[in-house]
Amino acid sequence: MQPGAHLPKGVFKRSISAYNQLRIGQFKVVQDRVGKPSQSWWGIGYLPLGPSVTYGTLSMTSESALTLPPSRSIALPKIPPHWSHKHLLGLEHLTADEITLILDFAEALHAATNEGRTKLDLLKGRTIANLFFENSTRTRNSFSLAAKRLGADTVEFSSSGSSVAKGETFIDTAKTIEAMLVDAVVVRHSSPGTPHMLANHLKCSIVNAGDGPHEHPTQGLLDLLTIRQHRGSLAGLTVALVGDIAHSRTARSNIWGLLKLGAKVIVCGPATLVSKNWEKLGVEVAYDLDKILPRCDVLNLLRIQFERQAIRPFPSVHEYMLLYAMNKERIERSKEDILIMAPGPINRGVELTPEVADGPHSVILEQVTNGIAVRMATLWLLLGGLQSTPSRGAM
Amino acid sequence: MDSSWLIENARLIDPSSGMDRVGRLLILDGRFAGVDVLDGDIPAHVQRLDARDCIVGPGLVDLGTEFGEPGREEDETIQSGTLAALAGGYTAVALSTNTLPPIDTAASVEFIHQKASRADNCRVYALGCVSKERKGESLAEIGSLVDAGAVGLYDGPNPIENTGLLRRALEYCLMFDRVVFDHPEIASISRGGVMHEGLEQLKLGLAPMPAEAEDLATSRDLRLIEATGGRLHLTSISTSGSVELCRRAKSRGIQFTAGSFVANLHFSDEALRAFDSNCKVNPPFRSRDHVDACLEGLSDGTIDIISSGHKPCSLEKKMLEINDAPFGMIALETALAEVVTFLIRPGVLSWPQAFAKMSWNPAKLLGLSGGTLEIGKPADAVIIQPDRLWRVNASNLKSRSYNTPLDGADLYGAVTHTFVGGRLRYQA
Repeated sequence: MQPGAHLPKGVFKRSISAYNQLRIGQFKVVQDRVGKPSQSWWGIGYLPLGPSVTYGTLSMTSESALTLPPSRSIALPKIPPHWSHKHLLGLEHLTADEITLILDFAEALHAATNEGRTKLDLLKGRTIANLFFENSTRTRNSFSLAAKRLGADTVEFSSSGSSVAKGETFIDTAKTIEAMLVDAVVVRHSSPGTPHMLANHLKCSIVNAGDGPHEHPTQGLLDLLTIRQHRGSLAGLTVALVGDIAHSRTARSNIWGLLKLGAKVIVCGPATLVSKNWEKLGVEVAYDLDKILPRCDVLNLLRIQFERQAIRPFPSVHEYMLLYAMNKERIERSKEDILIMAPGPINRGVELTPEVADGPHSVILEQVTNGIAVRMATLWLLLGGLQSTPSRGAM
Repeated sequence: MDSSWLIENARLIDPSSGMDRVGRLLILDGRFAGVDVLDGDIPAHVQRLDARDCIVGPGLVDLGTEFGEPGREEDETIQSGTLAALAGGYTAVALSTNTLPPIDTAASVEFIHQKASRADNCRVYALGCVSKERKGESLAEIGSLVDAGAVGLYDGPNPIENTGLLRRALEYCLMFDRVVFDHPEIASISRGGVMHEGLEQLKLGLAPMPAEAEDLATSRDLRLIEATGGRLHLTSISTSGSVELCRRAKSRGIQFTAGSFVANLHFSDEALRAFDSNCKVNPPFRSRDHVDACLEGLSDGTIDIISSGHKPCSLEKKMLEINDAPFGMIALETALAEVVTFLIRPGVLSWPQAFAKMSWNPAKLLGLSGGTLEIGKPADAVIIQPDRLWRVNASNLKSRSYNTPLDGADLYGAVTHTFVGGRLRYQA
């Protein structure tokens, strides 16, 4: 379809997979969905099937609005036929190509939604449930926004505490939510393996949004994407994960992703929180941050997971800061272009000082923005290829 | 009539005498009456059974089996558990005290006996608690428990954490010539843990149960046996450290027995990769090097006894998140096939050794009948098709619970007949 081409009138349906072949381009919106004339503005989206197709809250009404500057059009990558994943449970079992694919999709969708500002209707009519059994604001909101940016509806369920505390089992809660005909469940839980459990018991797609200290794949992906955006490639970079490695799902997802994409990984922190066993996976284990600092291209400062530590593994926060907090002095001893990352929520003054968090090396807020992009990519890759959900088919 | 049999053409294995040959076994009026008895000496009323290509040995004896009755009947009752035992070739079980209330009084021992006689399946022996209410604080009334018929003392599945208490128990039990069972684990190291500490655990992010938690307890227990001269059975050895400590203690002449749960002899911690709560057991599935060390200990005689480690948990309990799910797996009906598949066929154990570790040694330890085909002894026996391959289907097992990681697995070795006191109590 060429820019400015004549678009057919009327609405007709096409399979979701056909969307892949449509071009992404800039278009002018002249009217909103309820027919009220709206202020004209330019957005980026994929070209519609017909002049009256709705994209979330916006709709096209006139052919004349569709004059596309050819230079701005980009292609949404096609879901490759070998992509067969229904769930995203972790990065450990994905290949480098699959991880790269998700990152490419994330960038394309980021651009296609005007950097996450506008909506597409790629997942229109789909419902995504956020099941959060652990406190979360950023990840839950990020998944919610990602789903909405793709035009999906969301169901929110949050509860703290385990099945034992609640009386209803975790599986029963999940099955109840699934019975509301959801297409995907995004789950966070304090027990490792809960997303795997859901994958066994439910028919819909499962996205792991953090299972205890096991994995947090979308966090790993957004960290990879942020580094890639700044450095072009991960290969050959030295990335240090600093802090509470033992209790960190972010660390595990990062380790798998970084290793697969060719980065050198160092885990650094108090010996009570950094197992020597990591060396068996080709990861360097270090206890002295100052020693490794000059070699690092990226530092990912993990939060001290006070809530997961049954026994305090180091004598005091004060001592931790002395040994591991990223401060101005340490920045001065680092590479000039070092990237400072943190999965958040950050403990200002513990893992890093405010000067560093808000300084020129910090990409912490870019990570948050990229989070929406990788979550859009994840949801689209898991649900985009499916015409309808099994649970719906069973109805 | 009911309890007289002539089992013909079978490979007869008697670990108590070392017999291992093809022959025919005569059972008269519930007791073993001889091997290869002349035709003229066989009464006409005996029932004949052709057991060609089968193995006949003494019925298996399990120590520390958990049923959960009284108090946790949703997991297993004495009725369902003893049926499972028979189907697995077990003719006697000595029950764990992990019940509600725990078996810490003469009355509760009596309850077990009554329920067992009502079920009338395999032989059931009661173990009594080491400590009052199984709390690990002060000694239970061990004299009364023994008087009521407790054959040993066990706080299982809990370890006896309190070293002073264990020392007192070992000394006190000298008066009654009873064995104290201990599950070797220093809980302050492993508490909150879900799986063996190591590379797999690191990847999965599950809370660790370090091997040294077991090693240190084993070492402590061995020192206390030496100091008190008490009788102790280590129920569940699973680490290379423990095996080595036991080996050295035995070479120094210290008298004790070491047991392992059958699953720990072939499952490794890689089994946890799917986060299946049925793989959450205690002792945890260890890494391959530990499993291999246990196999070595098994074949050189360091490990005397293979127990089933049968610990039923109802479906709703195992459906919880792995952090919250209880430890344990059912094993009575698969233990023998596990031994055949993973120990006998690969050459770790011979058939006579396997029978020794699963029947003669445990029977001998507690002074129970069983473990032998000796003339005049009650005819507790099992017939096994050693080469038959069968698929485990948890929902078809006799046990009331389904918690086995072996569901769907193909195993060699099927029990076809189980005799208790000459009566055929199970037939496949």
